[in-house]
Amino acid sequence: MAKKKLAMYWAASCGGCEIATLNIGMKILDVDANFEIVFWPCVADFKYEDVRGYPDGYIDLCLFNGAIRTSENEEIAHLLRQKSKVLVAFGSCSCEGGIPALANLTTKEEIFRSVYLENPSTDNPNGVVPQPVTEVPEGKVEIPEFYGMVKSLDQVVPVDYYIPGCPPEAHQIAAVLDLVMQDAPLPSPGSVIGAGVVSVCDECPLEKHEKVIAQFYRPHQKKPEPGVCLLEQGIICLGPVTRAGCGAKCPQAGMGCRGCYGPLDNVVDQGAKILSAIASVVDIGSPSEDEEEMAQRISAMMGTLADPAGTFYRFSMAHSLLQRARVDGSGDGEGGKA
Amino acid sequence: MSDNAYEPVIVGFLCNWCSYRAADLAGTSRLHYAPNMRVVRVMCSARVDPQFVLKALREGADGVLIAGCHPGECHYVEGNIKTLRRYELLKHMLTQFGIEPERVQLVWASASEGNVLAKAVDRMTEQLRALGPLRWQETVVQQDKRPVSTDAVVEEVDRG
Repeated sequence: MAKKKLAMYWAASCGGCEIATLNIGMKILDVDANFEIVFWPCVADFKYEDVRGYPDGYIDLCLFNGAIRTSENEEIAHLLRQKSKVLVAFGSCSCEGGIPALANLTTKEEIFRSVYLENPSTDNPNGVVPQPVTEVPEGKVEIPEFYGMVKSLDQVVPVDYYIPGCPPEAHQIAAVLDLVMQDAPLPSPGSVIGAGVVSVCDECPLEKHEKVIAQFYRPHQKKPEPGVCLLEQGIICLGPVTRAGCGAKCPQAGMGCRGCYGPLDNVVDQGAKILSAIASVVDIGSPSEDEEEMAQRISAMMGTLADPAGTFYRFSMAHSLLQRARVDGSGDGEGGKA
Repeated sequence: MSDNAYEPVIVGFLCNWCSYRAADLAGTSRLHYAPNMRVVRVMCSARVDPQFVLKALREGADGVLIAGCHPGECHYVEGNIKTLRRYELLKHMLTQFGIEPERVQLVWASASEGNVLAKAVDRMTEQLRALGPLRWQETVVQQDKRPVSTDAVVEEVDRG
């Protein structure tokens, strides 16, 4: 029997997804025995031209990790969609924007200014800033365009399946690859695979009581009491609104869940859900007769939660309802136009 | 639509037991107030999932008004206190998204306070008129459709 054709690509990503894939251990030998690798820039030397030469639908399984940040990312997403029977959004960035999509809280101009000009570790005396097209004596040099906004894979091409996680757990990857190797029937298209259907809290062994948060702590500000729910201790944990599948590793190590497995089924906006959950258990002290005073007291308490947008949407900004921030110059709704 | 035709759109989530009745009272008392609010009746202001607010803003609302019973008078004992907590945290977060605090407001209006609700809608309408339209889809989400360039950064460098 002919081997199935496997491709893996990285767009705007860190490479952690490739490491996680190699973390499946000895099973990588089964993968080699059952699959022919036809494109995997991280581990084998293929060129985009090779992929362009394949007939449509040539690749049986394409694992696409990374968000869509540049025109190159988008171009290859379209190319791999065309050449793949099954296209999988692999990892948080590809599924819902991931860490790169936090850049949607600022603008392309600000990013360029920080990275190429103002960063203390930047050494760029001539102030060179990359341009999509540069004229040189030999002709024109083109590099990919850096987009104004980070998108998830499914915001540029149709996606068959989602394997969430930052990175996806090795045993979950192995389970999915097993299914494909055994020719088992795949779930209905659009499903999240390699993950659970309940929340991280359901998997988390930490002891849970009624939650009342009197004060928020950032991870470096408090040594968590072992064995007790972190949220109860005021350490922000996205467990209640995050899909299980990881085995609740972070909370057990004393680090609040960061939300990388994404929202549960039927939830559109993971950040809004955790906002709701956390705000509801904040201790407001004694109820006050004075409505204004109570509102101010609660507002001050909420103000002590550092960076709510970045914390609640750490991995899901591109898939959130607002998708990005309105920053100076990014909208025309600023005052006085009416 | 020209800029002159801008009329703020407010999506109002009114609780069944107090604020929706306040709106009713405002109507039967023939109070005149801004017709800019589109009312959605909910059983309790705590039913308003922050997703509702974000979705309204994304889909074209210029502002969202949440109205419920005064603290201590909630039909469900302390639903409105939950609302207050979520609202305060949501406001903090929305500033990071560049959304002005006036665009999402929380008002307490009991069943006998038709005038309070009417005044709140009037005030909010004028505040939104001053802020201008939000048009989230067109001007923020779609903004990467406009040609974005780094010319500004480059010019800055050229100027030294």
